[in-house]
Amino acid sequence: MKSLVETLTQTFSPSGYEDAIRELVRQEVAPLADEVRVDPLGNLIVRKGQLRQGGVRIVVAAHMDEIGLIATHVEKEGFVRFTAIGGVSVHTLIGGRVRFVNGVAGVIHIDQDEKMDRLPSMEKLFIDVGATSAVDCPVRVGDVAAFERPFLELGRRWVAKSMDDRIGVAVIIETLRALKDTPNEVYFVFTVQEEIGTRGAAPAAFGLDPHLALAVDVTGTGDRPGGKMAVALGKGPAIKIRDGGMIADPKVVDWMAKTAEGSGIPYQREVLIGGTTDARAMQLVRAGVPSGCLSIPCRYVHTPSEMVDAEDVQNAVRLLTALLSQPVSL
Amino acid sequence: MISESLLSLLERLCNAVAVSGDESEVRQIVLEEVKSCADEVRLDALGNVLAVRRARTSDALRVMLAAHMDEVGFMLVAEDGEGLYRFETVGSIDVRYLIGKPVWVGKDHLPGVIGARPIHLTTPEERSRKLTLDALRIDLGPGGKAELGSRATFATPFRRLGNAVLAKALDNRLGVATVIELLRTAPDSIEVQAAFTVQEEIGLRGARVAAYALQPHIGIAVDSTPAHDLPTFDGRENTVYNTRLGHGPAIYVADGATFSDPRLVRFLEGVARSHNIPYQIRQPGGGGTDAGAIQRTREGIPVVSVSVPGRYPHTPAALARLDDWENTLRLLSQALKELTPAVLS
Repeated sequence: MKSLVETLTQTFSPSGYEDAIRELVRQEVAPLADEVRVDPLGNLIVRKGQLRQGGVRIVVAAHMDEIGLIATHVEKEGFVRFTAIGGVSVHTLIGGRVRFVNGVAGVIHIDQDEKMDRLPSMEKLFIDVGATSAVDCPVRVGDVAAFERPFLELGRRWVAKSMDDRIGVAVIIETLRALKDTPNEVYFVFTVQEEIGTRGAAPAAFGLDPHLALAVDVTGTGDRPGGKMAVALGKGPAIKIRDGGMIADPKVVDWMAKTAEGSGIPYQREVLIGGTTDARAMQLVRAGVPSGCLSIPCRYVHTPSEMVDAEDVQNAVRLLTALLSQPVSL
Repeated sequence: MISESLLSLLERLCNAVAVSGDESEVRQIVLEEVKSCADEVRLDALGNVLAVRRARTSDALRVMLAAHMDEVGFMLVAEDGEGLYRFETVGSIDVRYLIGKPVWVGKDHLPGVIGARPIHLTTPEERSRKLTLDALRIDLGPGGKAELGSRATFATPFRRLGNAVLAKALDNRLGVATVIELLRTAPDSIEVQAAFTVQEEIGLRGARVAAYALQPHIGIAVDSTPAHDLPTFDGRENTVYNTRLGHGPAIYVADGATFSDPRLVRFLEGVARSHNIPYQIRQPGGGGTDAGAIQRTREGIPVVSVSVPGRYPHTPAALARLDDWENTLRLLSQALKELTPAVLS
């Protein structure tokens, strides 16, 4: 699984430009699935199983996209101005490196006369791609880039850019691999455009019209100096109670918690103050869908070095497999 | 070249008043214009005009072209007597631009003015403070009467300025006129679904239900976008202009509401290049068009936006160049001819 996570996180696919990651996932899931297709917005929809006695139609969504940058202007001297794709903080950028989807690499820096004693606005930053003028600059307005940072293994911890949400993608791929038999019709949906407003999940859920929907995504933790949130790395996957955009269906929360307890899988209860996931979008589709979220605890979310615990990841796969293998009764 | 008849249509559209939620004046013009060229014209529950010209071939793409009919403006909310009315803004308007501006009020376009205390009677301290909407009134003159809830907009008659036009509401009467013309010249190979939408300026509200009803394969929003291509005051390079006049139609890659489908962006760029039509990529950033609402309808719809660049939108007088409009029409007209399902594969 580590090499899958490494491959997934070293792919450059910011929101709206998920072609490369989708192709990678498709190759991975094709031998395991009963049906694979791509919907009009680019969500990869992978079916496993058919409705049998006691089964339900379930959507399990993990988003393929990642935060990144998009070029807004190329200056006369060849410097590329940019704006954010998704929730990018300026203080994570200066001195960092990016790679454009067209392969061009660059380093981020800041106007020389900008004072460094306060957080600058993003307009003061630029990407230097080694060009000497607008004419020889290989980047054009509208080109998109993602952060470049190699995968690291630190003891039990894995670190990479775009762990949000390639770790969720890896978890649902591994669950698909582990899921031998199910009475449920399970749709693993690899969604697009989550980071710019959970835009892909709702149309996918509209088309699939599920009885139940789960997102698999990262959540923040409080286990670093100054932290307050109750979730910590290494204590198991988190079952979301609420976040900034959604209150998980209490029946779904109970089902997840009881299944974890019954299978002896450690878990944590998650209350996240800000941020949300594809579950919010799916919950509000059509006449409403009972929804929840299985979260992978992750330190340093939305920075180029997002950290997860390998055992939490394995336990997330075990819990999700246990959830999907049995008839579901809420 | 933009024909005189098309220019006169734009003039009528710009001089009509259609503040969000009450688009009837523009709708009347649209209904009159599309009846001869559409196979089917519907007026939906929210007031969108849906005009469809069917393909003459089988298994054709359904392509929705959305242009919003509404404009930003004002609504009268309380009467102070003596022809004075308190008002709210409808859509995004910067209050700093309002003082002293003549307006048209209500269905009869009653003339009025947004008055303010003259310089003789204000102190320097007062003048340095930001004026709020509470301090402003629409003055219809002594005895002037209008119903509460009436809409109002800037009283700016359409004018030609050489190769440019100056008017209120070029955002988005330019789009409305463009889509009418595209419907007239629709190719037989696709179904053109022209949606003249309501309430875009207050949150892309009309396009959402229009797309739900039309169920297109592709959505294209046709709009007008700001061009802030003016010199900077400190001599640095202007890096935040959004678009530039004279550089042709603005193709959107990303705005606050939508990321355009990259396949459609590539397709439009290819069409422009192969026909030598100038175009520009609108700077990625905030804002939004009807494409944002269309994209997330039902199972999702690939979308792109194309806009005519215009200076000073959402103010009393916007300015756009006719060659940019002409090139927008050329690009979209050619694109519709070349659109096939292969574009999405």
